[in-house]
Amino acid sequence: MLILTCPYCGVEADETELSPGYEAHLKRFGPGATPEEFESYMFARKNPKGVHFERWRHAYGCGKWFLAARDTNTLEVFGTYPAQSPEPPADLIAKIKEKRPDWEGHK
Amino acid sequence: MSTRLATGGRLIDRSTRAEFTFNGKRMIGHEGDTLASALLANDQMLVGRSFKYHRPRGIIAAGPEEPNALVNLGRSDRMEPNQRATTTELFAGLEAASQNHWPSLEFDIGVVNNYIARFLPAGFYYKTFMQPRAAWKHVFEPIIRHSAGLGSAPKEPDADRYEYVYAFCDVLIIGGGIAGLQAALTQGQAGKRVLLIEQTAHWGGRAPVDGDTVENEHAGEWVTSAIDALKTMKNVTLRNRCMGAGVYDHGYVLANERVADHTPGDGRPKQRVWRIRAGHIITATGAIERPLSFAGNDIPGVMLAASLRDYVVNFAISPGDRTVVVTNNDDAYLTAIALVEAGLSVPAILDARPQADGDLPNRARALGIRVEQGRGIASVKGGKRVTGVQVCLQAGEGAVMEEIACDAVAMSGGWSPVVHLWSHCGGKLTWSDHLSAFVPDPDRPPRNHDGSAMVSCVGAAAGTYRVEDIVTAAVATDVIQSNDAENTPAIPPIWVMPQGAPIGLRARMWLDYQNDVKVSDVQLAAREGYESVEHTKRYTTLGMATDQGKLSNINGLAVLSQALGAEIPQVGTTTFRPPYTPVTIGALAGESRGEIFQPLRRTPMHEWHDKSGAYWEPVGLWRRPYCYPRNGESHAQAVEREVLNTREKLGLLDASTLGKIIVKGPDAGRFLDMLYTNMMSNLAVGKCRYGLVCNEQGFLSDDGVVARIDEDTWLCHTTSGGADRIHGWMEDWLQCEWWDWKVYTANVTEQYAQIAVVGPNARKLLEKIGGMDVSKEALPFMQWADGTLGGFSVRAYRISFSGELSYEIAVPASQGAAFWEMLHREGAAFGAMPYGTEGLHVLRAEKGFIMIGDESDGTVTPLDLGLAWAVSKKKTDFLGKRGMERSHLADPERWQLVGLETLDGSVIPDGSYAVAAGQNENGQRNTEGRVTSTYYSPTLKKGIAMGLVQNGPDRMGEVVEMNKVDGSTVQARIVDPVFFDKAGEKQNA
Amino acid sequence: MHDPVSALNGQSFDGFANIREIGPLGMITLRCNLDEKPLAATLKKLNFSIPEQRKIMRKNERSAGWMSPDELLLILPYTEVAATLAGLAAGLAKTHHLAADVSDARAVFRIEGEKADQVLAKLCPVDLPKLALGELRRTRAAQVPAAFWADEGGYTLVSFRSVAGYVMGLLRHSAMQGSEI
Repeated sequence: MLILTCPYCGVEADETELSPGYEAHLKRFGPGATPEEFESYMFARKNPKGVHFERWRHAYGCGKWFLAARDTNTLEVFGTYPAQSPEPPADLIAKIKEKRPDWEGHK
Repeated sequence: MSTRLATGGRLIDRSTRAEFTFNGKRMIGHEGDTLASALLANDQMLVGRSFKYHRPRGIIAAGPEEPNALVNLGRSDRMEPNQRATTTELFAGLEAASQNHWPSLEFDIGVVNNYIARFLPAGFYYKTFMQPRAAWKHVFEPIIRHSAGLGSAPKEPDADRYEYVYAFCDVLIIGGGIAGLQAALTQGQAGKRVLLIEQTAHWGGRAPVDGDTVENEHAGEWVTSAIDALKTMKNVTLRNRCMGAGVYDHGYVLANERVADHTPGDGRPKQRVWRIRAGHIITATGAIERPLSFAGNDIPGVMLAASLRDYVVNFAISPGDRTVVVTNNDDAYLTAIALVEAGLSVPAILDARPQADGDLPNRARALGIRVEQGRGIASVKGGKRVTGVQVCLQAGEGAVMEEIACDAVAMSGGWSPVVHLWSHCGGKLTWSDHLSAFVPDPDRPPRNHDGSAMVSCVGAAAGTYRVEDIVTAAVATDVIQSNDAENTPAIPPIWVMPQGAPIGLRARMWLDYQNDVKVSDVQLAAREGYESVEHTKRYTTLGMATDQGKLSNINGLAVLSQALGAEIPQVGTTTFRPPYTPVTIGALAGESRGEIFQPLRRTPMHEWHDKSGAYWEPVGLWRRPYCYPRNGESHAQAVEREVLNTREKLGLLDASTLGKIIVKGPDAGRFLDMLYTNMMSNLAVGKCRYGLVCNEQGFLSDDGVVARIDEDTWLCHTTSGGADRIHGWMEDWLQCEWWDWKVYTANVTEQYAQIAVVGPNARKLLEKIGGMDVSKEALPFMQWADGTLGGFSVRAYRISFSGELSYEIAVPASQGAAFWEMLHREGAAFGAMPYGTEGLHVLRAEKGFIMIGDESDGTVTPLDLGLAWAVSKKKTDFLGKRGMERSHLADPERWQLVGLETLDGSVIPDGSYAVAAGQNENGQRNTEGRVTSTYYSPTLKKGIAMGLVQNGPDRMGEVVEMNKVDGSTVQARIVDPVFFDKAGEKQNA
Repeated sequence: MHDPVSALNGQSFDGFANIREIGPLGMITLRCNLDEKPLAATLKKLNFSIPEQRKIMRKNERSAGWMSPDELLLILPYTEVAATLAGLAAGLAKTHHLAADVSDARAVFRIEGEKADQVLAKLCPVDLPKLALGELRRTRAAQVPAAFWADEGGYTLVSFRSVAGYVMGLLRHSAMQGSEI
């Protein structure tokens, strides 16, 4: 039962107020994409034991989608940020690297 | 025999009388008693039978760790099986009955298992019931099922109610003993928002029983003043009768409050589940005493030493005139002292240690109690009650040196800190050789959302047993975990008594009382190759009973590690899982029962439907009328009448559940072109278009009619079940992918009641009530218009899901019932009748219209359903376009939509497959298609069906074999899925 | 126009707190970039002011609640909805927005009494003592979405209309005499 702070309305939301959206920062591949590209978009997921970027919707609150960086092992939440982010904010990346020196990075 | 002493008993009120029954026998107790103490006061030591061997069992403990004293409480609508007598507060009128015996507790036929015990070793079921396979179903399983299960399930609905409460605090302290109280004082004084919970009805834990001194005060007085002080703090909340059940992610804790278990029927909820979110959790959950493994350690009258002391001090119980104490530590001497101080006899203290010369042993000696060092029990004598013990050398093989007659045995094998809550969410343990116990490792705590330690342990839960150390640790404001095990007197490991016991003794040493697992069983498992403690647990069922091994796990683990020749830390523990003690299902369900079991969505016309005898069908969380049976009609007859009436005259359908989503903005057209497989941007204002929504894999997800409202506004209808899903899908793309597009959406599904007016007389009715022009010219098929009808503001859509002349009319929900009633009133002259969802299905199937969830199942594309006309070839992109291009989805051999007509006119069974020749590699009959919708058509007077058939559209006229429930098949011809009015003359009228 | 009927026709229940279905109440959902200048001007003209994040601002019979960074809930007398929608359409003609009447899509409840907060504490995963003055909290009540705020002697709770009966059932169950926490 996680708590995540919604970056839009500031509520410390209980997991039961959220709905999950799985891995964040996927690149959409549409018509013209190769089978490999389409596979990467549709099916290939990182599923790491450790730092993970994921999508959540504040479904029972303001209705906004947001992104979270979380350790799937310890459940530590490094931060949440708006869904309108092509990649994780630099300060968040820096914070994660400080806490998880062995982390291989976002890409 | 066990009796009530003439004086004493710190928890009972002797001025009260509480009459109760046990197996129908009337007994008397006092307010403050537990059921267990009251039973003991009435000489009822025998309280149950064990699970496997049906051995007589007595009360062994005084708290939640009790494995034996499980009773059935109450009767009929307040009946509860498997309640622990030791944690059940006595009240006048309580009815308890023992379990797991037949025909009676005193004489149980199942005890025959006891005499064939050597034929029922560990893994008996695994070994015995393997062969022959066929015997499983008819022989083994019925026997096992008959003997399985503890207690019997209640049959009547629960008379009580339950509820949740959400609570928030900075610090949650679980356990109201000295450690928990001191931690609460410290945290409360520091200004933290504190919630302190305690599972029993009393504060203070063991200390007042043991006569401890806290900060120069008697423990009892210290507790009273601590509670008084805490009650004055506004930031501190105290709850007793509230058990910390489980610790979960990010400081989430479930606790179970027994609000009215002891006052049934007083109008309060029986139990309340606390759903707590805590910034930090301090567990002050104490420790549980361990039994010693000696032969006959399960005979009624053998009790845990500290529990026996609880009964003497708290409830003034004499467990019998003569009690032998057997121990490996000093603490049990307190029991001997308490017994002697209460005027009872302790013939001997058998101390397994070679030497015992601490303060307590010396105090015992000073009281004249005989203390024997290096001794143990070879065997307990007695059947349904202890009659004596045989004394042996602990270091030997069990040669009997002496027999001591006694009525009770107080045993102590040391203490195990209650580390359950620490461990639930990942807290790690270390083995303390000093305490012979697992203790929480403060360096490896469970983690909070910010990475900090989520749980700290104080007091005995942390392995700190001395009061002065407990208070010192709990005083620390920063909640440093206490780790003062080394100050505590060492507890040597004594896992088997005597050390060299032969098999005859080991086979009578119980580890798990409830599941009947003995030392010999665990040793056998080790010999048979079970090395992992998790496997051994499942093989022997050690620790798998309702007590979850509170008494047995460490002893069993130690025996296993000895048998394996490994150290205990290497063998490891089993996983601790919530709840700490069982929580009744009713409490977990909370308010979700009866009328509010789940949200039931009602349309504005719900009451009308109900009064009109609607037979309801759940559609998502909505309730929709399936049909409206009249004058004793069957459902099938009602559906037939409704369909024919709609085709011939006039049908009215409550379509309010259809999703309605407004999509507005300069980029709305562009957005809808991405969302739908066909074009929506070029839809003219005032017109409607049917559209399909696919997921990115290209599979059909939803459908509905889209109306263009104005230059930058569209209204999208979705399926009844799809409104929230499709709205969420829109928002997902708008927020996460195309966030620079100027589009807003609003789900206005519930703002409108929508009524389909359907049939040849539809226009006549609307013209009669009047207000707007609904003629073919003013409002042709697939157009909409705003206006008034019968004085109601409406929006009328000329759309049809039935193939009939049809208007769907939206009015504000608050006027839906009035409008609906008016249509019926005014429509009576035109033969108006309501029709339900089944009629709707039949009408649409006759027209070959697909239904999401029938023709589609998440693996079907629009092309499979012959809807290529609704999939744009012009658009460069839409959601699902790339997915559809995958080779498998473009395969011409895919199963595709056709109509199916049986040659004999019968209705193909729902779920029927078209069978093909041969078998697949799994030996199953090959198939070449399946039915997706199948109905009796009242219009055509025969069975009609839609189905997906391999390469179906190219096989028109062919006959396929459809299987039936009875194993036979029925022949069906592949036909056009549009069975009725192919030219669409009726809907366009 | 016919008289509007609220979902439960004004049902009530007296327990340790008093529950009442009220309404019908006028409600408009307004989606717009809240920083747009014409928005502030238009709302001002219509006697609303733009609330801060998670707040609800009340002026006489009119309130504006912050629902999300680009959504407001306007609450007003039922009969004034049409005129207000027209006013919004006029004032925001050149501003990208969406305004829709949702008065009939909702059910509104009053929970009153000294212990009204306990009723909500049983249903909503919300830290009520930390609820700020004038805060509009969107959350769930048991299994359905809900929004509430504190005002004179209790709370006002809004749910969807179709589940009004369910929500009334929840409130009734939670407010029963003897269930005080």
